[in-house]
This record gives sequence, C-alpha cells and structure tokens, in this order.
Amino acid sequence: MSQKTLFDKIWDAHVVKSIEGGPDVLYIDCHFIHEVTSPQAFAGLDRRGITVARPKQTVATADHNVPTLNQHLPIKDMLSRFQVDTLTENCQKHGVELYGLDHPYQGIVHVIGPELGVTQPGMTIVCGDSHTSTHGAFGNIAFGIGTSEVEMVLATQCIMQGKPKRMRINIEGELEKGVVSKDIVLYVLSKITTSGATGHFIEFAGSAIRSLSMEARMTICNMSIEMGARGGLIAPDQTTFDYIQGREFAPQGAEFDTAVERWKKLYSDEDAVFDKEYIFDAADIEPMVTYGTNPGMGIKITENVPSLQSVEPESHVSFKKSLAYMDLQPEESLLDKEVNYVFIGSCTNSRIEDLRMVADIVRGQKKADNVHAFIVPGSKQVEKQAKEEGLDVIFEAAGFELRQAGCSACLGMNDDKIPKGEYCVSTSNRNFEGRQGPGARTILASPLTAAATAIRGKITDVRELLGVVRG
Amino acid sequence: MQKFNTIVSSFVPIAIEDIDTDQIIPARFLKATTREGFGNNLFRDWRYDNQNNPKPDFPLNQERYSGEILVGGKNFGCGSSREHAAWAIADYGFKVVVSSFFADIFKNNALNNGLLPVQVSDAFLQKLFAASNKDTTAKVRVDLIQQEIELVETGETETFDISAYKKECLVNGFDDIDYLLNSRAEIEAFEAMRI
Ligand code: SF4
Repeated sequence: MSQKTLFDKIWDAHVVKSIEGGPDVLYIDCHFIHEVTSPQAFAGLDRRGITVARPKQTVATADHNVPTLNQHLPIKDMLSRFQVDTLTENCQKHGVELYGLDHPYQGIVHVIGPELGVTQPGMTIVCGDSHTSTHGAFGNIAFGIGTSEVEMVLATQCIMQGKPKRMRINIEGELEKGVVSKDIVLYVLSKITTSGATGHFIEFAGSAIRSLSMEARMTICNMSIEMGARGGLIAPDQTTFDYIQGREFAPQGAEFDTAVERWKKLYSDEDAVFDKEYIFDAADIEPMVTYGTNPGMGIKITENVPSLQSVEPESHVSFKKSLAYMDLQPEESLLDKEVNYVFIGSCTNSRIEDLRMVADIVRGQKKADNVHAFIVPGSKQVEKQAKEEGLDVIFEAAGFELRQAGCSACLGMNDDKIPKGEYCVSTSNRNFEGRQGPGARTILASPLTAAATAIRGKITDVRELLGVVRG
Repeated sequence: MQKFNTIVSSFVPIAIEDIDTDQIIPARFLKATTREGFGNNLFRDWRYDNQNNPKPDFPLNQERYSGEILVGGKNFGCGSSREHAAWAIADYGFKVVVSSFFADIFKNNALNNGLLPVQVSDAFLQKLFAASNKDTTAKVRVDLIQQEIELVETGETETFDISAYKKECLVNGFDDIDYLLNSRAEIEAFEAMRI
C-alpha cells in the first residue's frame, strides 16, 4: 500500500466524488459561522427557497463586531447590531445553535470550538474566516472559506475544493526560555514569507512541536494561513486526547476510548512524500517582532530592520512603502522603541495559557505610565477561568485592563481601535496597514514580549526580565 | 452568475506586492448584510485620505487609467478570507484581475463571483506595468477559451491556467452551488456509508 500523509488520509476519507479536471466535492463534518461572513450566505438560501441541510453540524457565535465592554447592553453601533441580530434571526430560523453575546459559551469562533470539544481529530472543519486553520492543531483539516462557500456548506454540507499540495515543517530541538510558540511561527514566516506555502497544506512536526501544549499548537496552526497555506495541522497525540477528554461536546466514556483508538491512526506514514519540506532548529529561534506591514516581515528582537540592499530589487517599492507606513528606517533596531499600546488577545493568543503567561510576567509589577495595556480573553469561559484563578487581580494591580470576549482590536471593526500613527505591540496575527484601525502601526509579538513591553513602556526582550543571560 | 467572454480593455495598474484583503476592503466596511455596494470602498484607505478626499497619486483616482482589468503586484489577495474583497473589485466594475501570484482563498472567491484571476509570469507582469507607464491606455486581451492573455500593442501573449471545470462554469455562468445541489443524492449516499 502506498504511504500517505496525515493530510491525505483525512482528505481522501471526505471526498464524495472527484470531478475530472476540477475540484473534489469535499464533505464537511463541522462548520462554524459568525456574524460578518454569513448573512449573504443565508440570504442566498432564502433566494433559492431552501433551508440549512444539516443544522446540527453548524455552530454559530458573534465575535468580530461585538464590544468588549458592557456586553449586557445593546450594541451601540447600529450596523454592528444589525449584523449580530441578523445572525440571531438566521440561526433561529434554520435551527442552528448560536452562542451569542448572552451565552456563557460566546467567544472568538476559533477559541470556542476547541474549548467546547467540538473540534476533534480527523474531521473536516470550515468557517468563513481565514484563521479556521487554528483547529488543525487537533489533527484535522480546517480551513477558511468565502461566503459563497459558506452558502454551499449550509445548503449541502459540502464544498468544491481542489486538493492542495503537502508541505511539512519540522521544528527540532528545544526552545530557549522566553521563546514561545508565537515566536516559532513568526520565525518560520520570516524565513518562508507570506506566500511561501501558497497552494499547500502544512503539517507541523518535530520534537519542538511535540513538546507544545494544545494552546501553543493552536497559535502555530492559527498563523499557517499567514504563510499563504490553506491550513496547517499537527498529528494528534496524548496531549491532544488529554485536552479533549471531558469537554462538553467531546465523546464521553467508552465512546471516548473508541474515538481515541481511531484518532491514534492519524499520522503521516513514515515514507509518505511531501511536495516540500523544511527543517528548522528550535535553538535558533529568539523572541520575534515584526517591523513591516505583513506578518512575514519579522526579525529576532536582537536584530535590526533589514537594509534596502538585502531586499530583492522588485520588492523595494513595497518595502519602502511599508517602512514609511511604520515610520521606521532600514537597519534600525526596535529594542527600546517607545510604544503606547499593548494588545493581548485575538484567536492567536487569547487562551487561558496565554493569560497565565502574561500574569507570570506582570505579577507584582506595574505597567509603564505611557502604555494602554488591554487584555481581551478569547471567550467567556476563558474570562471566567481567569477570574477563578485570580489573574484578574494580578492584571488590575499591574494596571492592565481585562475586557470581555471578542475579536477586539485584532481587526479594527468594532469599538476597539488603535489610534492613527500609534505603535501597538499586539499578540494578534496581522500587521497589515490599518488592520487595527486606520493609520495604526502594529508590531506582532508573543504574549511574553507584549507583557514585558507594557511593563517597560518600550519594546523589550523578555529574556531580560526573566534573567536569561545572553551570549 | 454572468457569462464570461473574451475581454479587450485597458487596465488599471497597482504595482504593489502582497496586496492584502484588508487593503482591498478594510474591515470597518464589512458590516453590510448584502453583496452590493462594496465597490465604493474598494481600496478605501489607499484611495481616500482621512478627510475623505481622493488621494491624487492612487491609480483608481487617476483619469488616465481605466478599464475592466486590474493588474496587481505579486501575492495579490493575501490575508483574510473575506469574499467582500472579490465583491468590491467586481462591484467597482472589474472583470479580470491579473497578477503573478494569487492567494488561494482570494482566487476561489473571485472565481465564485465571475471575476477571473489571471496568473502570469513575473516577467509578463513587469511588461504590463512597463507598458502602462509608457501609455496608460495600453490594452490587454483576455481570452478565457484559449486561456490566453495578450498585451495588444506588442502582440506578446502568455497562456494561463484554470481548471477545466471552473472554465466551464465561467463560460456558462454556472456556480458551484448549483452543481452541489444537483449532487444531493450522492452526498446523502456518502453520509449513509460513513455511519
Ligand atoms: S481574532 Fe482576529 S483573526 Fe481571529 S477571528 Fe477574530 S478578527 Fe479574525
């Protein structure tokens, strides 16, 4: 029998049929929806006079457009409120489960899926949102789709999709203290660029990946889309099974054991062939920051912004444009640059482990006076747990504001925006022009780097606070 | 969906790499619940300053550029999966986007809306930019049946890829959802087999 990659095993098991010279009809096990990319899809169903084919396989939440303060009050922005209300109406009409603002399970769609145990190994998962790749951390095929495709899934539980190529990225060895999974993914991005994996599905492997928690694995798969990949996945193992066990929608009891037996078969065969493969050494990774306007424009915190000469000639225009937007110079160091905003949140880094990481850095400290530091939990459940663990007290004492669950300042769509011209060290995933609000300047980093920067009021190498001696 | 034919048109060049969907349509304009009207905010923050005055140096604001074809730098449409990006480009009046590289989700979204993404070589892309530098009314011919793009002035051509299935859909104005709805029996058989 021919050797298969994990990706092929899952994909092939979901092909309803293949069209010659065209895409596969792919069956979707689980579909997440939110308020922004679903209304036009439901409207399409209405126009055709049909209803959702498998309402039990779709889960909805409101996250992009919601305020992160006073969520018990009606949403002030009329258009946002209308969009959220439209989602509520559509879900009611079609019998889709909705975790809306008033529900204890509400949160960022890619945080709540795993947290509720809906996300499981071996599945196909889609959502009208590019960071659906997050779910791949559990060993499934998860990817973002457009609204026309949302309509297809609602109508038929299938989409038409060409099979991507396979890539494997191996991270071997041990991470230094102060270096976390966000740094791994920003490091890989700085090496392979934002188009390096276009047309591919990535499997992340290697000893450094194996040693990561589920939260940390999600951070990496989350940003696989920034490499241009359709998605990323990691073979499930005991860490995965332990995370899933006991969660609300996970299989229970004997059913769980049967599921684990099935999930254990989800790995790439030893001789499986990948179209492209990379190996990186974990020991070479340092805390990372971005200096430009796409997530591939990252450097080690101890390095300088690249020189113009080191950039390919045909990229000079874009490079200069992006430095002009960021108000940075070639060969400048970002260390000690003053920053007035620190945002800790988004589907990349807003899980309980991220908040604990931040709490460890800021415990007993105070943020610098110039900094607005806010922490936005990924879900109501994360918020609740943080409070149960007393993290809220630590944050408050340090002058950090703990908000309510939502996408918040990740995308400049709701009330939370970074003012024009301001730098923001952000744990989110995109530093595009205007992403956090018109004119906002985003520097992507790990929660540790963000927390350390808030304490010092300027971009800081967290290893200094941790007492790691550098050679 | 509209049927796609051969197009001969001048084009609007935006010679910037990695144009992401947040630039094509910023998030704050995604609050609509219909597909129409996004063209007004296409490239909003590159097109207008914060007083809403058109920025004179942006190609969409320059009368010398016009046409149904948009030509963008490498890695066009990266970032968010928002189909609103494809809607905005189509709503503005473009029928074709040319680049030397497209992000996957954008490409699917474009095709699902009758907007043809034409991927050319880096060299050909540079020729297009150079041609419009010389003459802003330079024309391009895009022939879907032959899968061919031509810089009309010089007669230089290149072929482009598109799946036979997608081509058929565009030529006939079909969309995937029609196909899937017609496959319902097979989908149900697949479900039954898995249980
Ligand atoms: S947190 Fe940001 S990236 Fe994640 S789903 Fe929300 S808007 Fe998208």
